[in-house]
Amino acid sequence: MRPFLPLLVAFVACSAQVQAQPGVRLGLIYGEGGARPGIFVLPVAGPAGDSIRTIVMRDLDFGDRVTVLSKNTALPTPVGAAAVDFRAAARLGINGVVQITPAAGGVTITLHDVAAKQVLQRAVVMLPGTPNTAAWRLAVHAASDQCEEWISGTRGIAATRLAYVGDGRIWLVDSDGANARAITQVGRALSPAFRPDGQALAYATLEAGGSAIRVADLRGASRQVLEPRGLNISPTFTPDGASIAYAHGEDFGTDLYMVPASGGTPRRISIGRGTDNTSPSFSPDGRRIAFTSGRSGRPDVYIADQDGTNADLLAALSSSSQAYRSSPDWSPDGRVVAFQSQLGGRFQVMVISLRDRVVTQLTNEAANEDPAWAPDSRHLVVSSTRSGVRQVWVLDTETGRARQVTNTPGARLAAWSSRIGS
Amino acid sequence: MRRELVLAGLVAVSFSLGACRRKQVPVAAVTTAPVTGSVAGVDRSQLVRDSIERARADSMARLASSSDAVNLRTALEAGVRFDYDAADITDDGRAVLDAKLPILRANQTVRIRISGHTDSRGSDEYNLALGLRRAASARKYLSDRGIAVGRIDVVSFGEERPAVSGDDEGSFSQNRRAEFEILSGADALRIPR
Repeated sequence: MRPFLPLLVAFVACSAQVQAQPGVRLGLIYGEGGARPGIFVLPVAGPAGDSIRTIVMRDLDFGDRVTVLSKNTALPTPVGAAAVDFRAAARLGINGVVQITPAAGGVTITLHDVAAKQVLQRAVVMLPGTPNTAAWRLAVHAASDQCEEWISGTRGIAATRLAYVGDGRIWLVDSDGANARAITQVGRALSPAFRPDGQALAYATLEAGGSAIRVADLRGASRQVLEPRGLNISPTFTPDGASIAYAHGEDFGTDLYMVPASGGTPRRISIGRGTDNTSPSFSPDGRRIAFTSGRSGRPDVYIADQDGTNADLLAALSSSSQAYRSSPDWSPDGRVVAFQSQLGGRFQVMVISLRDRVVTQLTNEAANEDPAWAPDSRHLVVSSTRSGVRQVWVLDTETGRARQVTNTPGARLAAWSSRIGS
Repeated sequence: MRRELVLAGLVAVSFSLGACRRKQVPVAAVTTAPVTGSVAGVDRSQLVRDSIERARADSMARLASSSDAVNLRTALEAGVRFDYDAADITDDGRAVLDAKLPILRANQTVRIRISGHTDSRGSDEYNLALGLRRAASARKYLSDRGIAVGRIDVVSFGEERPAVSGDDEGSFSQNRRAEFEILSGADALRIPR
């Protein structure tokens, strides 16, 4: 199927070559029948050219929407203002050619449509600061995401960050696995959750007398939202970023509460009657909340209104199932909820469609848990033992492709930020 | 040690039941099923209560005879274990907690902290709630028997601090536990009378 190009792109591209017209299909022309477009990224001139090319190729590859051709593909590099050799490109199975050339303060990115033998899109991207710094890499990732949108109609997710727990600390890492850095000190930090703008994280810390909820900016400067009195765990921001829902436990069970993100008086939102209720996740409109509850006698996933009323079991049990199900994460498009379910003593990641309540099992290799959605509602970050020890992996829910993100044994409880700066 | 005491108690029960020839009751039924009803006019639950009481009294006697503060501390710090995904105090756990009661009564200034722990099989987050329920369950057992709640802190570490590593039931069962830590007031422990 040839994708539709969102009209928005014509306005954000600095010098779009193709004007959006109502009813006209835009986007890269390539094979029908679900085939992915073959994309070749031309060599990039300049001192940081190799880095830029490598990052963009990897981002497009990790997006799982195109086939990125090898650097060794024998397409002649145009010299100066010369045109791309479209005939050679077509012969090599290339549908789109990405050309990146130095520009003042950044680069110009051009997408050539091989079948149409013309420039499809072009934009200037500013690259701040020194090559290979975090800000510079983020700008290159954003350029990759723009390219992916030109090609497929859907913006990429390279300009995002993942957070996870490793060695008792909260770590941040770029979506491609680069630039991993701890933002909290050695301790017992758990359950990072991004603020919707991606610029801050809430997390829990286990201390000697109880657990606290803290919010940190991306450099690690943090403040305490809830003091370590009783159990305070599994924080998540409301979609407007104004409040944090979390689980609070004392003698009589653990229930869900809500507190202003700047601190204040907590308000109880689940009535568990002595059972354990944890791991809240909001629907994108903020009106519903998915969570883990032991109210039926064993842990399962429920959905309730955001004030805790009208709680329903999310997924019906099959007749013989006594599964332990937990850790829901609502997709950003609102259509599905990912969760983990115990099969043969190990967790596997499942997705349930909210339209027809059909459950799809996504993993079966080793143990896989703690799913969290990427902003594209297609990729999930999970922790998996498939390499032998628990690590953080990214799964493409459409192809099943998995890639390891972390190199920290025991890495877990990952979260995925929104697209940074967009 | 406490496990042995309880087992001794249960063996005593099975002997007394076995003596009532009219209806043989397997030992396993006594140890696992809820004890209700009567056998040959003997109230079984009373028998079990008596035997546990004897075991407890026996353990108290031993404790008192060793006028050693180390033993008192050991009894205060002895942990209890739990069944999978459960926070109920088991028979073994009861004996361990019962041994703390007279020491806590004789030493009113002692404050303790109970930390609840789980095995590694559940969800990391849900296990923190389960661990808290275990610690709270142990505290309730003590407070129901007259120990002021204010003397007992509870905290949960879920599966974050395993006692042993390993992916077998032996390791799991050792990790499903509540640990007891003396916070203060135990510098000169008095032997309970």
